[in-house]
Formats: sequence, C-alpha cells, structure tokens
Amino acid sequence: MIDFPFMYEALMRLLPGIPMTLQLAFIASVFGVFFALAAALMQLSGNVVLRSMADFYVFCIRGTPLLIQLFLIYYGIGQFDFIRHSFMWPILREPYWCAIFALMVNTGAYGSQIVRGGLLSVPQGQIEAARSCGMSRVMIYRRIILPLAIRQALPAYGNEVILLLKATSLASIITLMEITGLAAKMISETYRVVEVFLVAGSLYLLINFILSRGVAVLEKRLMRHTAAERPSSRVAARGAA
Amino acid sequence: MSHASFWELMNFGPDGWGWSMVRAAGMTVMVALAGFMLGGVIGSFGAWAKIAGNRPVRIAADAYTTILRGLPDLLVIFLFYFGGSLALSAVYRAFGGEGFVDFPGFAAGAMAIGLTSGAQHTEVLRGAYYAIHDGELEAAKAAGMTRMLMLRRITMPLLLRHALPGLGNVWQVVLKESALVSVTGMIELARQAQIGAGSTRQPFYFFMAAAILFLAITFVSNRVFRFSEAHFSRGIRGAR
Repeated sequence: MIDFPFMYEALMRLLPGIPMTLQLAFIASVFGVFFALAAALMQLSGNVVLRSMADFYVFCIRGTPLLIQLFLIYYGIGQFDFIRHSFMWPILREPYWCAIFALMVNTGAYGSQIVRGGLLSVPQGQIEAARSCGMSRVMIYRRIILPLAIRQALPAYGNEVILLLKATSLASIITLMEITGLAAKMISETYRVVEVFLVAGSLYLLINFILSRGVAVLEKRLMRHTAAERPSSRVAARGAA
Repeated sequence: MSHASFWELMNFGPDGWGWSMVRAAGMTVMVALAGFMLGGVIGSFGAWAKIAGNRPVRIAADAYTTILRGLPDLLVIFLFYFGGSLALSAVYRAFGGEGFVDFPGFAAGAMAIGLTSGAQHTEVLRGAYYAIHDGELEAAKAAGMTRMLMLRRITMPLLLRHALPGLGNVWQVVLKESALVSVTGMIELARQAQIGAGSTRQPFYFFMAAAILFLAITFVSNRVFRFSEAHFSRGIRGAR
C-alpha cells in the first residue's frame, strides 16, 4: 500500500531543504530575541511614547497573519521608488532576506510578551538587594534581572521557537526551497500526496522533537539550583552523609 | 508608472477595489468560522477521549495533539487540497470522466484548519473541564439528575465559561491561519490582495488594506469574546 522505495526517494529529495528551514528559523530567532527584548523593555519603560510604540507594534503584528506581513515586505515595499533606489534594495529584493526579516519581526512581537512576563516575574526584593549593594542599573540588568528573567521565560520561549520553525514553511510561498517548498514541488510533479506529506511531516516532527528536548536540557541546566531541593535528592544526600 | 493613492484604489465605486476587499474579508471570516467549528467538534471528541477514554483511545488522542501541533499548517493545507483533488479525480475517473478535478479550496481550507485547530480545542476544552469543581458535579448527582441532564445543565455551561478565554485565543490563531488557504486559490483576503496587487501593480496598498481588514476583524472578535466572557461570568464574584 505504502510505496517505501518512493518514500525513500522523497526523503532524499526533501533532505536538502532542511538546512534552509533551519537557517531561516535560527537567524530569525536570534535577531527576533533582540526585537522581543527591545519591545518588552519599551513596554515596561514607563515612557508613554515608547510604550505606545511597542504596544502598536505588538498589536499590528499579532493581529495580522504572517503571510500578509511576508507579502507586504516581499512584494509591497518594492512599490516605492525610493526603496528601489536605496542601498537596502539588493537585500530587500532577495526572498531569503525578506523571509528572515518577516519571521524576525513576527517572532519579536510574540516573544516580547514572553520576555515581558519574564521581566515582571523577577521579585522586587532581588532588585532592591542589588541596588543596596550599589550596583548600577546596567549591572543590575546584566547580573540580576536578565538571568532570572531568562530562566523564567525559557520554557515559553522554547514554544515560540517551535512555532517559528513551523512558520518557516511560509517562505515556500515566496519561492524559497525549504522542506515545504520542495514537498509542494514534488507533490505537483508526482501527484503522490500522502507519501510526500508523510516524509515532510516526519522531518518537521523530528526537528521539533530535537528542539524541544534541547530546550528541556537547557532548562534543567539553568534550574540546577532547584534540582538539589527536590525531596528525593535531599533524602539521597542525607543517606550519603 | 502612474501611482494611484491608497483611497483612489480602495474606494467603493465601480472602479474601486473596496467591495472586492470587503467581500474577501467576508470569505476569510466564513472559512475561519467553518474551520473553527469543525475544530470544536474534533476538539470535543479529543477532550472526551483524553478525559474519559480508555488507554488506547487516550494514546490516540495524545498522538493526534502532539503530531498536529508539530506540523506546519501550510503542509496540512497542501495535504487536504492536493489529496482532496486526487481523490475527487479518482472518483470522477471511476465514473468515466477524464482529467483533473479541483477540490474546492473552501472545503480543503476548512478541513485543514479544523484538523489543526482541533488539537488546540482539545487542550482548551480539557483544561476547562478540569476547572469545574467536583462539588458541582456531585451536587448535580445528589439532586438526582441523569447523565444527560447533568451534561446539559451543569457541565456544558460551566465548561464553556471556563473555556471561553482559551477559545478566544484559538479563534485568533484560526483567523490568521485562514490566510494560508489562499494557496488553494480560494478568494479570501490574502488572495484578493494578491489579485489586486497583480492587476494594479501597487502591492503595498493592497497588502496594507488586507492587514487593516484583518486587524479590524481581530478587534471586533476580541470585543465579542470579551462581551461574552462578561455575560457568561455574570453570576461570578471576582475581580472582573
């Protein structure tokens, strides 16, 4: 019923799409973190102008589909001559950079809410203690607030990265040949939907599985101070002593 | 190249694109609603399977939610669109027809959205069920209600109230996902904007208009959900 030689062929044809998918997700998530952090800090800054700018950014991005954002960037801004003649044009006409830019702006908006939650979760007492030690604002952020906030936000941010990875499939609509793009091409050539779908789907599931395991390991590492407090390990420690 | 302004393009006169865009927005809402409702049905079964099912049923439901949350929506839409077209063509040929029959984009989109959002519905409904206090169900049992009566009078109303905020989130996701149905050629907002952009060569204005219409739909549906949350929580003491 299921044609395994064909599925192997499909696998061999879809594998070259993996680097593109990973590149899009990786670059967009690395730059997206800065967008997220900037927007979150603006929202918490207490400055009305900064806060409304960040609120507006988050509202617009979260209220519209990524596809429309992608089209606006890829097709839309080329409409204006001043952009076509600007130094940015060699970058902005490339579907690759447009996709990365759209994904980055998009994940930044969703990520900002996660980062904001992380920043808000830092107990006031910790900040006061740091201040009374005479730390400067920058140092408090670097040594106290950011490490605590990152630890808090990590699980949710891991989810966001997985959503971003799934979102990279939209890049196929602007001609990038990542996993979904290659799969769509192969389907339209061979008309064998189910097999190609199974292979492409398994690749995504595998990548997402590895990603979520990676986040779990990282989380465990960052939370290793709590691991010692678990009753079981305390009992074990007492037994050893 | 002459450039019309945004409002010259988007007016509601005979030459304007205003009505086409608004009609397309209507299609977006329709396909999103159909997918959302299908997802609700699937999600109800999924939640029931996870709460009350035996081991194999539970495992199947877990597999469904895990897999569907790990797949890109676009891939699922491709599966339904191309798969549906192939199946239809096969049936057509079996009855002596020739060639390729296009599966309706609306049906493919609604089914794909239903299947993907069903996984999210499952989790929302399951969470909402566990938020119901055991005491309420025990009280209903003690009052001698039958299972059906209890479901209708106690479980469902409470469940819906707890699920509303989560359902609101699912709806937002579904609404945005519906833009992907444009790959089937069905004329909803994203597709209509592409058509307009192609024939006037002013893509920025068209995608901007589509974005604004999406924001408007989001805004209105937020209001509706907030209103219904307030309505269904009116008997509740609390911070609201």
